[in-house]
Amino acid sequence: MSIVATGADAASLRGMRSTRRSDATFKGLTVSAGFLVFVILVAIAVFLVLKALPAFHADKSNFWTTRIWDPDNTLHFGIAALVFGTVLTSALALIMSVPVALGVALYITQYAPRRIANWLGYATDMLAAVPSVVYGLWGAFFLLPHLVRLQVFMSHNFGWIPLFADKDNQVSAYSKSVFGAAVVLAIMILPIVAAISREIFRQVDPSQREAALALGATRWEMIRTAVLPPSWPGVTSAIMLGLGRALGETIAVALVIGNVFTIDWHVLIPGGNTIAANIANRFGEASSTGRAALIASGLVLFVITLAVNLVARYVIYRSGKEERSAAV
Amino acid sequence: MSQTLATRTLRSTGLRAGSLPRWGVAAAVLGALLVSLLLFAVTPMQGVADFLIFAVVLTVASVTVASWIVEGRRRAKDRFATSVMLVALGLTILPLGFVIGYTIKRGLSRISASFLTHSMAGVGPLSPAGGIYHAIIGTLEQVLLASLIAIPLGLLVAIYITEYAGGPFATAIRFLIDVMTGIPSIVAGLFVLAFWVLALHQGFSGFAGAIALAILELPIVVRSSEEMIKLVPATLREASYALGVARWKTIMRIVLPTAATGITTGVMLAVARVTGETAPVLLVVGNNDFINNDPFHNGQASLPLFIFQGAGSSSNFDVARAWAAALTLIGFVMVLYIAARLLTRRNALARG
Repeated sequence: MSIVATGADAASLRGMRSTRRSDATFKGLTVSAGFLVFVILVAIAVFLVLKALPAFHADKSNFWTTRIWDPDNTLHFGIAALVFGTVLTSALALIMSVPVALGVALYITQYAPRRIANWLGYATDMLAAVPSVVYGLWGAFFLLPHLVRLQVFMSHNFGWIPLFADKDNQVSAYSKSVFGAAVVLAIMILPIVAAISREIFRQVDPSQREAALALGATRWEMIRTAVLPPSWPGVTSAIMLGLGRALGETIAVALVIGNVFTIDWHVLIPGGNTIAANIANRFGEASSTGRAALIASGLVLFVITLAVNLVARYVIYRSGKEERSAAV
Repeated sequence: MSQTLATRTLRSTGLRAGSLPRWGVAAAVLGALLVSLLLFAVTPMQGVADFLIFAVVLTVASVTVASWIVEGRRRAKDRFATSVMLVALGLTILPLGFVIGYTIKRGLSRISASFLTHSMAGVGPLSPAGGIYHAIIGTLEQVLLASLIAIPLGLLVAIYITEYAGGPFATAIRFLIDVMTGIPSIVAGLFVLAFWVLALHQGFSGFAGAIALAILELPIVVRSSEEMIKLVPATLREASYALGVARWKTIMRIVLPTAATGITTGVMLAVARVTGETAPVLLVVGNNDFINNDPFHNGQASLPLFIFQGAGSSSNFDVARAWAAALTLIGFVMVLYIAARLLTRRNALARG
């Protein structure tokens, strides 16, 4: 702003006008950035559909029920086994990691002294900082060999549960199985569920907790009566967000799963596959139809994770709480 | 817990149950450990993992039972819950230690100065030579380009949401950012494949990878910057407006600098996060064994991709190289991560 000699009024008027103009420009810039987010999301949906369509046309069998993946030669391919494997591995991972994650979150927020709590928080967050490809490498070369004994133990003692039954004595050797993938996934989503739950538990009104303690409740009773009930919507959405992450995890799973196209409930024997892992494993040798088929499967994954995330956000928006974990 | 006169009186009148002294808990823990040691020494049970599991279960059980006898059912439940949470904490820290420890162990046996300064040009899978210089260059350039796109854009969106928001459009944008956070990384890669490579015929390049990474980085930058900008006290803005400073200048000169430390932390975490992303890069960078300094033309290597391919290889040399690359990648990510955390401690806003 330059003040000219033509009079203070005119100068300030001009200053205000230019201020208003630059203000409008700046606001326009931010609005268009916001609009771009919308454009990107629409573009993702549109281009995935566009490039997946050729695959739907080329498919000689039913895309939804077929358990073969051969888009390059016979043109028979479908995602039945992939969707099954994706849901099964993620469900198992959730069952394993949610109790642990909630335990850690409760310990950090309700028990640990503040100073220690901060460090424990960093440590659990660091689990989320490890790249997924490192989890895959570690899973394939360290975890899977060490899991063999546990798998033998499980099939030996819990084989009467069909899930853990052995088939043709395959459990006793190193195997890339649904179970192994689920364990890796469980470790990977643990910090996510723990971090969000931590924020949720921290938002509980301290006066409620103090009231419970003042009435003579033990810490655990205080947690059960004052911390958990108001936190359930938030915890539910934390679990859903973890599920969304597990469903879409690619590289770690690609390195530790059997990569076969069967629908098999035996989780300990070699086998299993997921949509994302299949994309990573098959992309290298895919022809143009093959790529289209992989994009089609990715579109299905996109829709599934979108649905899971929408449910999670809906639960949290409705409860009026906000999970504020930007790192997740 | 120190016993006050009041509690002593309460107990003597039978209103309050006894409490397990500290040495009692320690005794229960030690006893459980000794019993498991004894059992593993005499019976055919063996194995470190078995011992740990057995000892932990026995410890939790003995503390709970001891507490039940001395303190009653309610306190016993409390002790049981506490020990289960401690076990959960152990189950979280343990994998972290194993992942990082094993990566360091395997990585250190292969990593060297020449490994970091040579590419894989002309090195076959059956040769022990070669290095990851080309992959480091690729990853640095891709992450840099992605950040050049995502950080300014993310900041603008965050400013819009926090400073100009109001009305359904802003709510929608916030919601869409949340949705974007949940996009699987492989889908971001597939999108760039469908859009940039297949529809626009741009070919595989480091820049294509950067677009995919930017899509993943954007929502993280927005979310963290938004939180930080929200923490800037309204009085600062009002003081600035009262002095006649324009709104955009207030944002640029007052709000952003105040939130700068926090924003930097968030950005560093976002960068650390996308540096390790493999899936999007796998689909669109095209890969290259040679050094390609130009991210806009021809295929480029990437550190995560290098690890992925080494992990899937049947050659032990490839696997060894993958571990060394994994160590490099973890080192890079951890440095960013720890630096971000140290910065948080200096952040007056977040501490307040």
